[in-house]
Amino acid sequence: MKDFLLVFRNDYKARPKASPEEMQAEMKQWMDWIGGIAAQNKLVDKGAPLGSEGRVVRANNVVTDGPYTEIKELIGGYIAVRAGSFDEAAELAKGCPILNYGGNVEVRDIIPM
Amino acid sequence: MEQATLLPHLFRTEYRKITSVLCKLFGIEHIEIAEDIASDTFLLAAETWGVKGLPENPAAWLYTVAKNKAKDYLKHHSIFQQKVIAQIKNTSPHSTEIEIDLSKQNIADSQLKMMFALCHPAIPAEAQIGLSLRILCGFGINEIADAFLTNKETINKRLLRAKEKLREENVKIELPGERAINERLQNVATTLYLLFNEGYYSANPNHTIRKELCLEAMRLTYLLIENEPTNLPFINALLSLMCFHASRFDARTGKDGEMILYEEQDEDLWDKELIEKGEYFLNKAAKGDSLSKYHLEAGIAYWHTIKKDSKEKWDNILQLYNRLLLIEYSPIAALNRTYALSRSTGKKEAITAAEKLGLTDNHLYHSLLAELYVGINDAKVLTHLRVALSLARSVADKNLISQKITLYSKH
Repeated sequence: MKDFLLVFRNDYKARPKASPEEMQAEMKQWMDWIGGIAAQNKLVDKGAPLGSEGRVVRANNVVTDGPYTEIKELIGGYIAVRAGSFDEAAELAKGCPILNYGGNVEVRDIIPM
Repeated sequence: MEQATLLPHLFRTEYRKITSVLCKLFGIEHIEIAEDIASDTFLLAAETWGVKGLPENPAAWLYTVAKNKAKDYLKHHSIFQQKVIAQIKNTSPHSTEIEIDLSKQNIADSQLKMMFALCHPAIPAEAQIGLSLRILCGFGINEIADAFLTNKETINKRLLRAKEKLREENVKIELPGERAINERLQNVATTLYLLFNEGYYSANPNHTIRKELCLEAMRLTYLLIENEPTNLPFINALLSLMCFHASRFDARTGKDGEMILYEEQDEDLWDKELIEKGEYFLNKAAKGDSLSKYHLEAGIAYWHTIKKDSKEKWDNILQLYNRLLLIEYSPIAALNRTYALSRSTGKKEAITAAEKLGLTDNHLYHSLLAELYVGINDAKVLTHLRVALSLARSVADKNLISQKITLYSKH
């Protein structure tokens, strides 16, 4: 078994604003998906959603708002899971609700240090 | 009360008080002396009361005898006395004579402190429960052996090892300081939770002893609530959870001791007063900003006190199980979550989720899948029930599964 990071990306600007009911329904989908992974005892870290603002720090004290100016897709959150292989980790990612809203999931293996 | 029933009753209620007070006075390294003095007191009561009849106030009689026996012991064991007196003088420098304080307040205080001492993280969980039953609940060794479905020797050995460990670790009989209390209280809560579960879920067919384990766990949890520094939201959540579960105690066992499943229980036998108490403590638990597993389990238990099925009920239960699993995985939570999913979302989704659980060696897993396949695939219902039967160990479980096999074979 290895740990994998699932990173959620989406073009949040392109998404229409959700009503409170829609937001609640989407929240339920996320909880059901993560709960399903936890029920398989494969959840390593429940992760967290990320806010919509950010700063990008570069050399020579250059700090810019961002990172939206250059990139359309933003990282919206992450979780960590336990799986036997990349295929198995990708299988877990297939149920992610972000896929219903035009986003994608990047699956990366975590190298133990 | 007749003498024949009064003495065992007093043993249950007073032994633990005398032991805790004396042990707090002497220190944990002398726990056996405290126990011996308490036991001797009851022995003398049995002899004297048999001949002379009951004293006017039996509890006060016991306290006086225990005090005298403790003072006698100190007089005749000078080395012990020097050590203990030195210790006592440290705490109250003005007293010349040893005061053995069996006031209500000191009894509650001693029991509370003993609870923290016995639930020390160095003691294995099983031994913590055994010691708590002996010292805090006044259970006899036979009763503890019955509760654990084992023999006296095993329990004696287990308790002896636990007491040695308490001495080795030099565990103090005191309330932890403000900084440590939250962490140590987690340990105490875990022991009380296990003690309750031992009564509620054990395979022991003795209904009376199981109910008593549950009531003792609730009494000890209530001691924590009466004490301001330990009256924390998660302790209220724990008591709430116990109240909700205990409300069904009489409804879940039939005339011949057989288990009656939730769906088939007679709601009129549910204890309304306990349900109300559960709601009261759940409200008290809704403070602060930390959500413990006890909060979530109390929430789940609350929804189960409403017998009527609704989409709202099962949606809520499913979400609570989702959150519970994020805090702590357990096979039983995973299986229950999947059942909630079937009621909230649908059987097909639940079957897909169930098959990913990886619990094929658990009889409850196969019982769940059998349940989910009802009305979808009759052959699979029977296959899973038969596997469940081969995996189940307790007689009660085997009986339940066999009944279902008979029922579905007729279809």
